[in-house]
Amino acid sequence: MKIVCRCEDITEEDIINAIEEYGCTTLAELKQLLRLGMGHCQGRTCLILAAKILARKTGKSLEEILPSFRPPAVSVEIGLIGGENGE
Amino acid sequence: MESKADVVIVGAGINGCALAYELARRGKKVVVVEKNYIAYGATGRCGAGIRQQWATKENALLAKRSVEIFEGLSDELGYDIGLRQGGYLIAIHDEEGMRQAKKNVEMQKSIGLPVRIISQEEIKEIAPILNPEGMEAIAATFCPTDGHANPFKTTYAYAMAAEKLGAKIYKFTEVKDIKVKNGRVEKVVTSKGEIETKYVVNSAGAWSKKIAKMVGIEMPNKPIRKEALVTEPFKRIFDCMVISFKHGIYFSQQDEGQILGGIPSPEEKIGYYTQPTFSFLKHMAYMLGKYAPPLKHVSILRQWTGFYDVTPDALPILGETSIEGFIQCNGFSGHGFMIAPMTARLLAQLICGEKLEMPIDRLSMERFKGEITEERAVVG
Ligand SMILES: Cc1cc2nc3c(=O)[nH]c(=O)nc-3n(C[C@H](O)[C@H](O)[C@H](O)COP(=O)(O)OP(=O)(O)OC[C@H]3O[C@@H](n4cnc5c(N)ncnc54)[C@H](O)[C@@H]3O)c2cc1C
Ligand code: FES
Repeated sequence: MKIVCRCEDITEEDIINAIEEYGCTTLAELKQLLRLGMGHCQGRTCLILAAKILARKTGKSLEEILPSFRPPAVSVEIGLIGGENGE
Repeated sequence: MESKADVVIVGAGINGCALAYELARRGKKVVVVEKNYIAYGATGRCGAGIRQQWATKENALLAKRSVEIFEGLSDELGYDIGLRQGGYLIAIHDEEGMRQAKKNVEMQKSIGLPVRIISQEEIKEIAPILNPEGMEAIAATFCPTDGHANPFKTTYAYAMAAEKLGAKIYKFTEVKDIKVKNGRVEKVVTSKGEIETKYVVNSAGAWSKKIAKMVGIEMPNKPIRKEALVTEPFKRIFDCMVISFKHGIYFSQQDEGQILGGIPSPEEKIGYYTQPTFSFLKHMAYMLGKYAPPLKHVSILRQWTGFYDVTPDALPILGETSIEGFIQCNGFSGHGFMIAPMTARLLAQLICGEKLEMPIDRLSMERFKGEITEERAVVG
């Protein structure tokens, strides 16, 4: 059993199952279905590994599989952004 | 690709997939055409909150019947939809708000909802993290059977169940045109071929306007960019969704422990804008800190955008049109997830010529010709 996403505890089998059973062909679908890349590190290690599995299983190139990006790029505390008076 | 179908559904969001299931179950040959992938649209970007506390009876009834369906849906479809019923807590801010709340609660109780008005103390009992002073709340309404389902799991559950019953779902396939002959839909032209059909259902979310144009129907819907954010996960500390019509805020703690929520952005614009804004992040963070002060120490992980498909009265557009066989299923503003199970059932009944469980004529496009009753109980 190979772990692909450590933050969300997702294995290679989970990903292959999502591709074969649910017909996923993109990282976006794997994110939705498995929470791949949604953990604390925001996919820094797992997305590239998952992209390689997708490429192998679907025959797409790695460039085609590149992830979409949702800021903030680093996590930041609510109190730091919101402040005390909404200024 | 299939060259013939009874019904072609445009869009594989929660509404398209739920309808595909309800029609396939009734023996119809269904094809769903999706430009991107399942739940790409508003469905995959939504809060997936399920609220029955509405100001108009139409929405309240649609939501209540949908909750009854949601409650048995994992069993019915054979896949877990991640339903959690932790209630919705709706802040009341002033005397005017209290008057409106009393009116709503009376109507909601009359249709059988277990709603009640709760005090500041009860707000803190239900969710100790909340600060009624910071919320500027004098009281709240609470309905314990409101809740949340996982939008991805629910949509996939409907889609997979529909496929098992013979429905075909074509992903990465775009509807390019719809041909009409003698006032009736004839075929759908897609990027991968043509499909002859008796019915076309327009469940393309914020893009429904463009689909309707293909048959010459102008719609009053407007796409509005909405933003949401999610924090890091932590131990479960409250179960309800917290919302306010005055501040437009909504947030809850999800299954994995993260806080998910949204609020109208200071830079809200009409149009297909997809860029997330820093002003939303700042405003939402500030309001979260007021509503639930301990959250100030929790980190935000992501923010994203999606579209509300907004009609002039914030009620959906459902049913038949001047083009025979062209069926509307859109205009869901910020609540198209929670009413999808019942909406799908009603439209399936309409298409199959069955008796409808609830009348939907008041939700057709015809209503914009007369005076309109607006749904005011909206957030986000
Ligand atoms: C930030 C946010 C929070 C929300 N929170 C809630 C909530 O808490 N509770 C709730 O009930 N609702 C909520 N909503 C609203 C809800 O998400 C929507 O009303 C609902 O998901 C609409 O589903 P749909 O299936 O009708 O449309 P969508 O999910 O938008 O699906 C439409 C599909 O049509 C496809 N499409 C478009 N054009 C074409 C074409 N030409 N050919 C083929 N396919 C096409 C799109 O790719 C898309 O997948 C929220 C929305 C947002 C944006
Ligand atoms: S390893 Fe996947 S999100 Fe961190």
